[in-house]
Amino acid sequence: MKDKIITILHLYSNDMNIYGDYGNVLTLKRRLEWYGYCPEVINYNQGDKFPDKVDIIVGGGGQDSGQNKIQADLLLIGPKLKKLADNNTPMLVICGLYQLFGNFFKTADGQIIKGIGLFNIETFAKSERLIGNIITHSEDFGDIIGYENHSGQTFLGHNVAALGRVRLGAGNNTLNISEGARYKNVIGSYLHGSLLPKNPMIADFLIEKAVINKFGRFDKKIIDDKYVEFARKTAAKRPR
Amino acid sequence: MSKPLVTILGKTVKNIAKLHGGGSALPGLVVERIDPNFIKSTLANLPQGVVVISGTNGKTTTTKMVVELLEGQGLKVFTNKTGSNFTRGVAAALLGEIDIKGQLHADIAVLELDEAHAVHFVDKIPPRHCLILNVMRDQLDRFGEIDNTTSLLQQIVNATTDKVVLNREDTRIANIGKSVDDKKVSYFGLQDNLLTTFPSDDNLHADNIKIDRSIKADVILSEFSDGSASFLIDNKTISTKLKLTGIYNIFNAAAALALVRAILGKAVDQTKLINSLSKVTPAFGRGEKLIINGQTLELILVKNPSGFRLGLKSFDPSSYATMIAINDNYADGRDMSWLWDVDFSSLQKNGVSQISGVRAYDMALRLQYDDVSIKKVEPNLKKAINQFIKTDPNKPKRIYCTYTAMLAIRRKLNKITQVEAIK
Repeated sequence: MKDKIITILHLYSNDMNIYGDYGNVLTLKRRLEWYGYCPEVINYNQGDKFPDKVDIIVGGGGQDSGQNKIQADLLLIGPKLKKLADNNTPMLVICGLYQLFGNFFKTADGQIIKGIGLFNIETFAKSERLIGNIITHSEDFGDIIGYENHSGQTFLGHNVAALGRVRLGAGNNTLNISEGARYKNVIGSYLHGSLLPKNPMIADFLIEKAVINKFGRFDKKIIDDKYVEFARKTAAKRPR
Repeated sequence: MSKPLVTILGKTVKNIAKLHGGGSALPGLVVERIDPNFIKSTLANLPQGVVVISGTNGKTTTTKMVVELLEGQGLKVFTNKTGSNFTRGVAAALLGEIDIKGQLHADIAVLELDEAHAVHFVDKIPPRHCLILNVMRDQLDRFGEIDNTTSLLQQIVNATTDKVVLNREDTRIANIGKSVDDKKVSYFGLQDNLLTTFPSDDNLHADNIKIDRSIKADVILSEFSDGSASFLIDNKTISTKLKLTGIYNIFNAAAALALVRAILGKAVDQTKLINSLSKVTPAFGRGEKLIINGQTLELILVKNPSGFRLGLKSFDPSSYATMIAINDNYADGRDMSWLWDVDFSSLQKNGVSQISGVRAYDMALRLQYDDVSIKKVEPNLKKAINQFIKTDPNKPKRIYCTYTAMLAIRRKLNKITQVEAIK
């Protein structure tokens, strides 16, 4: 089994995990096991040594206070994260870390919180909080189903691809129908719920990229996804 | 409209609502509309004032404890025991207790209030004492962030005139204490070795727990086992038997003791206090036991990750048939993310017999990822309850359920057996 290790890095597991983001890590871990790989999860928190080798990176949402705690450290490891992204390492960042993977977050009192600029996106604090069930659609992944809860509104720069187009809910902002962003194998999104358990096609995308990066090929097996089909159907019918 | 008139009208609506099996808050709403000062004018003259209990988890059972502890000290206590913890719920409860002239015959009012409603309430009626239990990720679809909820609790503390009782082990709550005059605040806490059993929200996913012991607590839970607990009060260890189940209730017993000590000061009769505590039983839906076909059935309300975690830790699943019912109505919280912050691996060995509720399949999916086996998934609660009772006739049963699922389950069970009526 040792030759089948896939290392998942959970970014800021202590301070950025507010809306069940642990579910994303668990989903990757279990599905890797079900596919016959040996997942290893490293929790990375501010001040820790950044590991030499990682195969998938996952990061979640935080409260404003959590974001303040990790921002300086994130800027320090930013160049490493960008290099990994350019080398096709798959990553998933939700809500707070999605915002800080962008150029900046401008707070309500006009303060600029610098991000690492991995995504060419900009986020502005608004008074209205966008909360509720959300469904988006993506060419690659089909319908993406989740829940959003954010007051920052994000705008994509030129040539930045969205993750999906909003069918129900708000998404990146209240002015257009984009939701999330993509850069190479990096996915940013406002969706929790948690995102990956209810959207296994995105989990499998991240897994496949990581496995191919490391071993050159990925042998996909059939996984019993009967509960997720029903869970998605129910979620799609629920009010905003 | 004069007060007696409002009173008569309100009482009439209450009786009509009762006949129709209606909700507990409606008559309160009616009275509130007609006379916005109804609660204030009724509570204003109580000799020992108003006590507010708030926080994320354990409000209902803690309020029940505090009421029974104060009654044990000889006080006549008014409370909103319906669990309807909004302002109109308080008004509804008042209608049941006041005489026809609108007079409330009580020494003190002990009120459980939801965080957001508490802010409006204390704005009109400043409490003399308050107890803040904890602040956990819960109903984030209503409150946005935990820090927002904390600021609501801060406002309750600011409005309190005499004494504030806070949880020393919850960083956010203990921080509120820093803004209050030392003489005005007292704490309840845990012995160091129990900290991992009751993690605060910050420590939900933390590898190690930071301990700050610069604050002295008035009552410390030092030890507990099934059916008993020891508290450290005035440097003395006091042990007692308990009828409360659920370890979360036992930590809150320390909170209730600290609050009553703050209210009564030197007048407190310590022996009677502990004696009253040993007799307190859980509030409805908080570990209460029913009998169905000769087997016990326990209902455990779960509404957020820490509550669910502590519930799973409190009750041994072996020899029990387990059911989980998850709804996503407004009162339950619409967002299902919280299920992913609960560790279900303690159910692996015995599995789960039945899953139900609107979001039954979200729950099933969650259990799949924790390798917990599932016998049946049936979103319809009525059908699910029937199946659950029939499937394991010779086993005691336990149902973990969200708030609206619990109400539906109680209605259904009421047709099968005598379920204690919600007063």
